[in-house]
Formats: sequence, C-alpha cells, structure tokens
Amino acid sequence: MKPESGTNAPLDLAEIRSRLAASRGKQFWRSLEEVAQTPRFQEFVHREFPVDASIWEDGVSRRQFLHIMAASFALAGLSGCRQPEEEIVPYVRQPEGVVPGMPLFYATAMSLGGYALGLLVESHEGRPTKIEGNPQHPASLGSTDVFAQASILSLYDPDRSQTVVNAGEISTWSLFFAALTAALVGQASTHGAGLRILTETVSSPTLVSQLHAVLERFPQAKWHQFEPLARDNARDGARLAFDADVETQYRFDQANVVLSLDADFLTTGPGWVRYAREFVDKRRVRAGQATMNRLYAIESAPSNTGAMADHCLTVTAGEVEDFARAVARELGVIAGSGARLESRHEKWVKAVVRDLQKNQGACVVVAGDPQPPVVHALVHAINDALGNTGRTIVFTEPVAANPVNQHQSLRELVGDMNAGKVEALVILGGNPVYDAPADLRFAEAMAKVKLRFHLGCYDDETARLCHWHVPQTHYLESWSDARAFDGTVTIMQPLIAPMYLAKSVHEVMAAILGRPDPTSHDLVRDYWRTHGLDDNKLWQKSLHDGVVAGTAFAAKTVTLRKFDTQRTARAEKGASLEINFRPDPKVWDGRFANNGWLQELPHPITRLTWDNVAWIAPATAELLGLANGDLVELHWHGRSVQAPVWIAPGQSPRAVSVALGYGRTVAGRVGSGVGFNAYSLRTSDAPWFGPGLEIKKLGQSYPLASTQEQNSMEGRDLVRAGSLGEFQANPAFAKGEPEPPSLYPGFKYEGHKWGLTIDLTACIGCGACVVACQSENNIPVVGRREVATGRAMHWLRIDRYYRGALDSPETFFEPMPCMHCENAPCELVCPVGATVHTDEGLNAMVYNRCVGTRYCSNNCPYKVRRFNFFQYSDVKTPCLKLMHNPQVTVRNRGVMEKCTFCIQRIQNAKITADKENRPVRDGEIATACQAVCPTQAIVFGDINDANSRVAKLKAQPTNYVLLAELNARPRTSYLARLRNPNPEMES
Amino acid sequence: MEPNASNPAPHTASSRPILRRGHTYGSVTEQISAVVLTRPTPRSWMVGFAIGFVLLMMLLVAVTYLFYRGVGIWGVRVPVAWGFAIVNFVWWIGIGHAGTLISAILLLFRQEWRTSINRFAEAMTLFAVACAGMFPLLHLGRPWVFYWLFPYPDTMRLWPQWRSPLVWDVFAVSTYATVSLMFWYVGLIPDAGSMRDRARHRFARIFYGILAMGWRGAATHWHRYKIAYLLLAGLATPLVLSVHSVVSMDFTIGIVPGWHTTIFPPYFVAGAIFSGFAMVMSLTIPVRKIYGLEDFFTIRHLDNMAKVLLATGMMVSYGYLMETFIAWYSNSPFEIFEVMNRAKGPYAFFFWMMIACNVLAPQVFWFRKARRNIPTLFIVSIVVNIGMWLERFVIVVVSLHRDFIPSAWRMYYPTFWDWATLFGSVGLFLTLMFLFIRLLPMISMFELREQVAEQVEKGEPKP
Repeated sequence: MKPESGTNAPLDLAEIRSRLAASRGKQFWRSLEEVAQTPRFQEFVHREFPVDASIWEDGVSRRQFLHIMAASFALAGLSGCRQPEEEIVPYVRQPEGVVPGMPLFYATAMSLGGYALGLLVESHEGRPTKIEGNPQHPASLGSTDVFAQASILSLYDPDRSQTVVNAGEISTWSLFFAALTAALVGQASTHGAGLRILTETVSSPTLVSQLHAVLERFPQAKWHQFEPLARDNARDGARLAFDADVETQYRFDQANVVLSLDADFLTTGPGWVRYAREFVDKRRVRAGQATMNRLYAIESAPSNTGAMADHCLTVTAGEVEDFARAVARELGVIAGSGARLESRHEKWVKAVVRDLQKNQGACVVVAGDPQPPVVHALVHAINDALGNTGRTIVFTEPVAANPVNQHQSLRELVGDMNAGKVEALVILGGNPVYDAPADLRFAEAMAKVKLRFHLGCYDDETARLCHWHVPQTHYLESWSDARAFDGTVTIMQPLIAPMYLAKSVHEVMAAILGRPDPTSHDLVRDYWRTHGLDDNKLWQKSLHDGVVAGTAFAAKTVTLRKFDTQRTARAEKGASLEINFRPDPKVWDGRFANNGWLQELPHPITRLTWDNVAWIAPATAELLGLANGDLVELHWHGRSVQAPVWIAPGQSPRAVSVALGYGRTVAGRVGSGVGFNAYSLRTSDAPWFGPGLEIKKLGQSYPLASTQEQNSMEGRDLVRAGSLGEFQANPAFAKGEPEPPSLYPGFKYEGHKWGLTIDLTACIGCGACVVACQSENNIPVVGRREVATGRAMHWLRIDRYYRGALDSPETFFEPMPCMHCENAPCELVCPVGATVHTDEGLNAMVYNRCVGTRYCSNNCPYKVRRFNFFQYSDVKTPCLKLMHNPQVTVRNRGVMEKCTFCIQRIQNAKITADKENRPVRDGEIATACQAVCPTQAIVFGDINDANSRVAKLKAQPTNYVLLAELNARPRTSYLARLRNPNPEMES
Repeated sequence: MEPNASNPAPHTASSRPILRRGHTYGSVTEQISAVVLTRPTPRSWMVGFAIGFVLLMMLLVAVTYLFYRGVGIWGVRVPVAWGFAIVNFVWWIGIGHAGTLISAILLLFRQEWRTSINRFAEAMTLFAVACAGMFPLLHLGRPWVFYWLFPYPDTMRLWPQWRSPLVWDVFAVSTYATVSLMFWYVGLIPDAGSMRDRARHRFARIFYGILAMGWRGAATHWHRYKIAYLLLAGLATPLVLSVHSVVSMDFTIGIVPGWHTTIFPPYFVAGAIFSGFAMVMSLTIPVRKIYGLEDFFTIRHLDNMAKVLLATGMMVSYGYLMETFIAWYSNSPFEIFEVMNRAKGPYAFFFWMMIACNVLAPQVFWFRKARRNIPTLFIVSIVVNIGMWLERFVIVVVSLHRDFIPSAWRMYYPTFWDWATLFGSVGLFLTLMFLFIRLLPMISMFELREQVAEQVEKGEPKP
C-alpha cells in the first residue's frame, strides 16, 4: 500500500449533526464531507488541480495500472486504434446439437463454503460466456449472486495456475504422481500416521466417499477442514441446543416478523439467494394488497440486511448476546435477571418481543455466524418458544460432510505439524498460509512438514510454500457434485475441457487411492451409479435439470435440551474498541481477489472499489480526528496492521469493522497488494470479534477509489420512500408532477414499446445486477486509478443514499441503468447520429458510428453513459477473448457505450418468436440484470401489452420516473421504497 | 475615402492622429517593409520565436501521445466529459473575433483608425482560428474519423445529424476560417506587390511575386480590389455575429443547468470581441515597442481599443448578471443550484477570479489616464485574456461537474497533458504570429498611404 503524504482534515461531526438535525423533511444525504460542506471541498479550492497532474511522472503507479489493465481485460497494448486482424476458421464437421451463433445452456452448480448454488451456464460454440441461475435449483430459483456471476472471469483468468510446479520449477503430472505415490508408500507401513489431508468445507458426496476411502486405506491419517469463514458458531450452537449436528433452514415466505441478530442473511450465508427472494416476496405492496413483513435488525456494522430493516439497532457484536438474552428472558426461555440493557434498548426489545409474540409460528429469529454458539443456541430456544420450529424454521442433516469446528481442526493440525507428527500434508484447495488465524502460525508449522502438496486454482501464498503445487480445474472445467443448503445434490458438469494442465480434486484423490487414471466424469458417474443414479436416463435427467431429484434432506426432528446458557466472557464495558472481522461482499475470504469484476464492483455500502477499509463510526472519527482515507494502525492483541479508515454511518461507535480477503501477496496481477490483510490480526480464539482494539493515527492518507464522490441529495426527489401507513393513506404519495404538456404529438410506438421498472422496496443492493451486466455486455475493467478518476464503465450502477440521523441512518439503494428516454437528450446532440431511437423506444448506440464527442454524456441528465477513454477492453489476451459474449460488440477506444436494455436478448426473443410465428411472450425477454436479481426487483417488458408485468407495475400508484420535469420521458421507472415500521416504536 | 465627419474638433480624443503627422508615402512604406526586408532580425524576435517554437514542439509531443493513447490522458471523465479542449476551443475562437470585427465591421462603419491594426488583427484571427479548429478534432474519441461530421457522399448514405449543434459548429468555424483567410489575403495583395518590388533577394521576389498574383497597381486592379474587399467585408460581417452565436449553441442546446440559456449567443459574441481586442492589445503593445512602430500603432488606437474593451466588458458583465437573475427567476432548483455552485462550490475561486478579471479589471478604462497608460493597458489586456479563459472553464467544467443526479457528481482535474495542449496551442499561435511579423508587412502599407493622403487633404503639409 502506498501512502500519500499529508492527511485529510478531520470532519466536524458536531456540525454535521446539527445540520442534519436542522434539516426538515425527507432529506437524503450521501456521505459526510458533503453534509459538512467543509473539509475536503475547501481543500480542493485551495489546492489548485492537485490529483492528476502527475499522471505521467508517477512511474510506479502507472506501471501498476498497466498491469491491472493487462490482467483483467483493460488496455493490453498501446497499439491504439484498431482490432488486430486475424483469420477465423469455421467448423469443418459441426458437432451435434451445436448451431453456430445459438448458445446452449447447461446446468451445473457453484459451491462456496460447501453450499452449492445451481446454475445454468450459457455456452457459445463450447465457450461458457454467461452464468444464469437455475430456476429448478432450490438455492437459486433462477437467480444468482455476484460470486457466481464473476466466476466466469475466474475461469478465463490468465493468472490461473497452469502447470505443475515442483519447488518453483515447472514439472509434470507424472512426476507429481510419482512423488505422491512414493510418499504414500512410505506411509503405508504406519497406516498413514504421518499423512494429513486439509480440505475446505466439503459437501460433495463423491469427494466425501473418496476421503472416507483414503481414511480407510490409511486409518491413522487425519482429514482436517479449514475455511476462514466456516460456520463454526452455528454448528457449535446447534450442538449446544440439540446435541446434534443440524442445518437450520428458514422459511421466510412464512414469516411476518423477522429479527436478525447480527445476521446478514439477505446477502451472505447458505441459501441467501433464495432467502432474499422469499423475504422480499413478503414485502411487495401493490395497490389493493397492502401487507408487509417486518424486519428488525441488530447489527454491529452496516449491512444490506440492516439497510432493508424497518428498525435497525446498532450495537457492538459483543453486545448482541445481551439482546439475545433479553429476548429470551422476555419470552421466558431463560430465567433470571442478568445484565439489564439500557432503558431505550429494553423498550426496543419489549416492543420487538410483543411483535414476535403476536406472530407466533409466523416469525423467525436469525443469529449471525459471527455470534458465539450460545447465541445460536438461545435463538434456537427462542424460535422454539415462539412456535417457529417446523413452520418458519426447519432442521435437517448438516450439508457439510463431517462437520467439525474448523478452527479447532486447524489448531490440531498445526499442533501435529509442530510436534513433527506430520510427514506428508496434502492441501486440497484453500489458502491457509494466507487466511489461517495469525496466532496459529500456520506457515511456520507447515514448514516442518517434510512433504507438502497443494492443489489449487492459483499458484498462491500456500502454493509457494509447498513442495508440489498442482493446478486445480475450475468448477466449469470438471465433473463434480455438491449439495445446496437444503441438501439437494447437483451434478456439476463441465462446460469446457480444462484450459490448462489442471486436474480436479477427484482425480487427485483417486491418485492418492492409487488410481491416477480415471477421469472425474468416471469418478462422479461411478459414485452415483451406486447411489441412486444407476439408470442412465435418470442420470441424464439429473444433469439436464441441474438437480438430483429427491436428494433434499428431509426435515429432522430435534429436541431442545437444557443447555448451559452462561454468558460468553466479555471485557468490561467501555474499556476499549471492539474489532469486527467481516467477510467481504466482493472477494469473500480472499479467494476472489484476482477477479477484476469483483474488485471493481462498488461495495454495497461504501461504494468503494479495489480496497478494503477499516470502518469507523462518525463518533469515532470525531474523537480521533480522522477523515476518510486516513491511514491508521490497528493494534490488537499484540498484532498490528495499517489500514485506511472509512467513516461508515451506522457503524457502532464502540467497534471497528474490517473486511477479510484483501492484502493478498501472491494473488495475481489484479489482486496482489490490494488493500490490507485483516487476517494478520485475526486469531483462532476470536475469529469474528473481540475487544481491546487500539487505533493510532498515522498522519498519512491513502487514495481510495469510490464510484461516487461525496454528495448529498441536495433535496432532490430521487429516491422516494414512505411507510406502509403513508402508502395506505395516499397510495400515490410518490407521484411527482404530471408530465408537462407538449405542442407536438408524440411518436406512436405501434409494435413493441419496451420499458423497465425497478422496485426500490425489493432492491437489497447486493450488486449482482452490476456484475451480471458486466458479464453479459463485455464491459471492461478499468482499474483503481481510472475508477478514482471517474471512468468506471459499469452500465448499471447502484446509488446509495442515507436519510436521518448520522449514527443510525436509513439506507436506500437505487439502481441506475440507462433510462431509454423517449425524448432522449443524448440523441439530439450527437453530430453523427451514433445514438438513435428505435421504433420500439430503445435508445440505441451505434458504436461503429461514434466519433467520441462525448456530448451525449454531458447532456444525459442521469449520467449513465460510459466512455472508452482508453482501450479498456483487452482484445489481445487470448484466454480473455474466449470469455466475451459474441452477441455484443467489444468496444474499442474512443466510443461511448451504455445500457442497451440487453438488445441482443430482445433480438433473440423476437427472432425465436418470428420463427414460431407468434408474438413475443411477456417474460420471454429478461435483461441480464433482471435475470440475476435475487429479489426480482427489476422487470422488463412491453408496455404496449397491457397484461405484461411491466405495464401492470407501471400502473401502480407508487410508480414514478426520475426528473420527470425535464420531459425526457424515461422508459425506466421506479416503484417507491416502502417500509413497514412498527407503529408502537414510531416516536 | 471620405474623412470621418463625426470627428471634426481637433482636440477631442478621436481626432488624435491615427498616424503620426509628418509621414510621407515613402516613409510609411519604407518603415513597414523594412521590418521584413532590410532591418536585422531583432534579438527579441529570436527569443519570442524560440519560446513559441518550443511550446509548439510540446504541442506536437502532446498530440502524438494523445493519438497514441486516447483522450484518457486528459482529465476528462464522467460527468465532465468536456474539459480543457473545449475550453481552449471556445477561448481561441473568441480571440479570433477581433480581426474580422476590426477589418469588416469597422471598415463598413468607416472607422479609419482600424487601418493600422487590421492586418495584424486579421493575422491574429487566422492563427487563433487555426488553434481553435485544432481542438474539436483532438478532443474526439476517434479523431481519425473526424470527417464523419461533414456531409460527404459516402457509400452508406450516412449524413450528419443536423439537429446537433456540433454540426452547425463545423460549418460555422470552417466558413469563418475560409472567409477570414480570403479577407486577409485579399487585403494583402497590394502590399505583396510593394514587397515584391522592394525585395532584393531573388527568393523573396518569387515569394512575394506569387503572393501578389500579378498586382501591378493599375486602376482596374484597384477598382476590382475595392469591390472584392467590400464584398468580403459584407460577407464577413454577419459571420462575426454568427460564429460565436453558433459556438454558444454548442452549450445552449444542451439541457445542462448553466448551459441551457437564451442569453448565450449575444453574450458569447460580446465576450469574443472582448477577448479578441484584449489579445490584439496584448500583442501590439510589445510589437510597436520592439519595432518602433509607435507612429503607426498610436495611442489613439490603444485608446479606442480600451474603449471597446470597456464596452464589451460591460456587456459580458450584463450577461453574468442576467444568467444569475434568470436562474433565480426560473425558480428551477437545478438552475439556482448551478448559480450557487458557481459562486460557492468547490470551483468558486475560479468564478470569482473570472469576475475580477472580466468585470472589475476593465473598469479602469473609464479613466482616460488608464486608457493611455501602456503598462496598465498591457496588464489589463492580459488579465482579460485570462478572465475569458476562466469564463469558458466556468461554463464548461463547473456546469458539468454537478448537474442533475448528485451521485454522479465529481470533481474535474486537468492533467499534465491538458496543460501541455493549452500552452502548446499558445506556442502554435506565437510561432505563426512571429513568422507573420518576420515575413509579411504587419501593417497595411497601402491603406496607411491613403491615410497620408487624407491628412494632406485635411491641410497637413504636403508629403
């Protein structure tokens, strides 16, 4: 990390507070500098043109910039203007079922943390190009998340591990197998006493059977599991409450009231894609039907779930337990007085409990993964007391095979390694050298192992410290299987033959079992032959559907036992700051660090790209005199790390949150050296949070790249929001002024009339639409510097606004695609007619005709046009070329681009309909953003068809368009944001 | 030509001579042509040309790198997609207004004092338009297809999009450049004849001979010359008003708050004349000193130009006032915000600098002393040039950086290459200007000879 000298002026937060307090009505604000109207902006005035003046002298960062671009498809060479000329060769013998130009879709699944998400992958002539959700898969229901969307870039990542590496030298698989066999022969005499296998969380039935076979062959060998974001607390909590390993499933479609205890269940965790859908389906308010569920959230750091909550309370993670206890006490689950909450919190809890009790059997309490086991156990007891078990909560067998406390498992492994008991360590996936708890000193312990093997997609930190690194196939390259959160199995089919000399984990396991020859297809097929899919038809059907029918776990009856409800030890109140370790919504635990799409995806809350930051509360900033981007040193339990801070409204003032997954040293061209490594503070005894953090201001600042600069809403009516009560009193509360009159008759759209609606009540701000759009439309990655300059290329951005108090604001998300105005201001000013209107009302962009005057961007009131200031698209790196959607032009330098409403999808549907001699059906066309949206907030269709979903939504009283007074007549409209606050708590 | 009837009184300022008394036909021609033909090249010319040439080379580097990498090397971004290039374009085209105004309009209005400065001002116009014309081309994302803005018969049967003011701009600027060039060249022909006749070097004779197009000074030549010159003046006159009106429409057609206003065309024209005269003044003051041409560029010229500066400066100030008033009167929150943002936003410094340069500085010209004080004139003219550049910066950048959707707001910072292109264009201008001074008579000799004749008619001693 390269610090910049000097520091930003601290914010006068008292001033901000008083400003906010003095403001009247529905004032939205975006972030702190602008509310304050003071510090940094003043600085800009005084420092004449500071930032970019050194663009060509700044050798290091320019080089870095070029690296990033080259890696993650941005500018590759400097050759300038034209695409390289190349010869293409058509099929000589056409493969069966392939029609050139027509994509095929295959069902498969992506597994994260052991939980599978069912996918349909679009393939063009054998190249997977786009991920969609599998509607038949229980975890997906047709939607996906950012990780699945971006995984296509990981597949084509030029930095992926490509060859077998032995002690830093390129080697071969046969030599690797020889070395492995030799090691195993040595172990045979001791029954594998010196053999250890380390995996991540495993839910693949085939892999589990292979692991068991290995353990049978080497009874003394041990299988350890570690993943930094393992759900140990949930597992231990369940064991505490039920004395059994169970998986908890929620039925949000049955829940009228939801209480989240530090659980970001809307954007993380198993099954969240489905949960988000079910949760939001209970919130959709339409004319004539006006019931909504209600969400209470208690959280330590702002999250998407907190943003969606009707009542959100900010406390430290350590205090959440007190709330769980208070709720439990109110419900009579636990006795005794215990520590009392503050009176306002007591009131809050009492009101929530009354609401929960009113909805017995139709409510749910969710505990977050960071919370200690006792909170999970208490929540089980609370749900039981509320009669939710079996209704809104279902227990099943655990999805992960052999669930263990993974931190404990790793601790044992480290102990054995330190004791010299481990002679051969086989690491199958994962990157423990980077992400293991700092106190275990994993790398040092591992160095004591005589022979270390690593299988992984990347030649990463762990690979570098192993004798052998062998490349692992991407999930789109090999056969496997995985279980969804409800146990449903998906057979993962490959979409493409391995691009490099990589093998799947099954093949390596088979080699350990002495059979280096079978392919992963045979291994997976063989396993399922004996597990219910012997019949080829059934196998084919399972592959086709993407789910193996009847593999979902049946509900399991569990009985709550009396458990020790003693409070987890905690530090004295007010003694110090608490540190919170959070998974990153973009790079997760660090595994996606080399993915440019995810690095450049703006963080849902902070809108930051390319870096992680330490979130501090406005009060903390005030106290320490810190401004956004100031570097601090975080001291915790004798370890320290330097991090830039970010003032996050809604962050607990007694806690600092840091995102894991950054500060990779050997991630690749994109991910190495991005952000700071929070794992260097994390210890195995407090993997999620703990008191005792100290902050030291360093007096330097770090340039962060945000996709939006500090701004308030300036009183403009962009996000319109109201409560359910307001809606019932006046359903059209969000309607603005009527459309201004015109002397000229409007254009008659006689055929189709495409339009889009975005339901702001439904949008959870997860960002999946942004990455989906990037993938569908070949949108390049531009790098940190270009984002900071204001040149991010996302066709669809999500704006985030705040309302209310500084310390606990309400948060709103507003996705902004092209509005496709009927009176488009951009079209009028283009001198060459490169942006024109179609007779279906699309504002079309003719890249070939564009000369790049950029007037259209200036004249776009929504600022949704994006310009190729450089040759951003990588048209040179061979593997990245394979990834492009062939139906969308790859744009070159100097042309404008923007959202097209996925015109290629519209054309496909129209052609299909033409061939079948029928009109295009409603719902047949889904834009990429609509298709991916977990909550179906985005609806596209034909407004001329009065029965289309989009036409009906546009007829809703809450429908409004942005900046109607400009008379641009946008085709994209919004449904106002509705909330359902508890009337009892409104004061 | 007839003597100007409006200035009979011998002691008013306007009656002060536009040519120092005592000059003869011969002395006028001798002194002006000597700058080119006989006098040694002054050291200051060498220095000035060197500076201009170095800057020109910088422009070359900047443009080469620009074509190599793309417009991303500049500070342009979303939402400020137009940056220095457009600021410079409007600035240069404004500067290029003085020449035609002096030559055409003042000719038609029979303002004889224009005689000494018209050639110089026309040359300046031409070079300023050359600088200006370069920028819209450089600023394109794909400059190699610039010709798509012209209506040429292509196989795809594509035509420019006529509703776009950028297309109007292409025609306005190219017409203006053509007419300015013709006007300047036609006015140069009689003098080119004189130069051909006086030149001793064979090469120079051929050079001026070609330029003179066979000018022999015959009565028929003079007759046709006068008609052609008057016709061109008539053609050029509406252009003075139209060009900058069209340039202003580049902005007014847009819906951006701060652009979308009806006052722009007249206000831009006034601003153009304002900056053009300032530039003429900035250039003539050193030139008359260096070449000892005080006899021809007299105090009266400077005095008149200062008055024009004052008048147009007041018009520009009125424009600023009206912009603010109409924003308030419109009751549009976006327009009101825009005005407030100019005055109080992050770029407020530049706005107030602009006010100081364009509104306050010319006020000194209410005083005759200031109008006749060379240092004051020089400093104010430079200040006005800077102020007018800032005005375009405020209009282009400050309007764009915060428009309708606050989430898209962003600050604009120019890069090294932005500055290199700006100063590089100054280099181009200076280089051309110095070459002009060195190679062509910078003052219209034959028109000054007419002045001599008129002075004689008015009762001056016979030459």
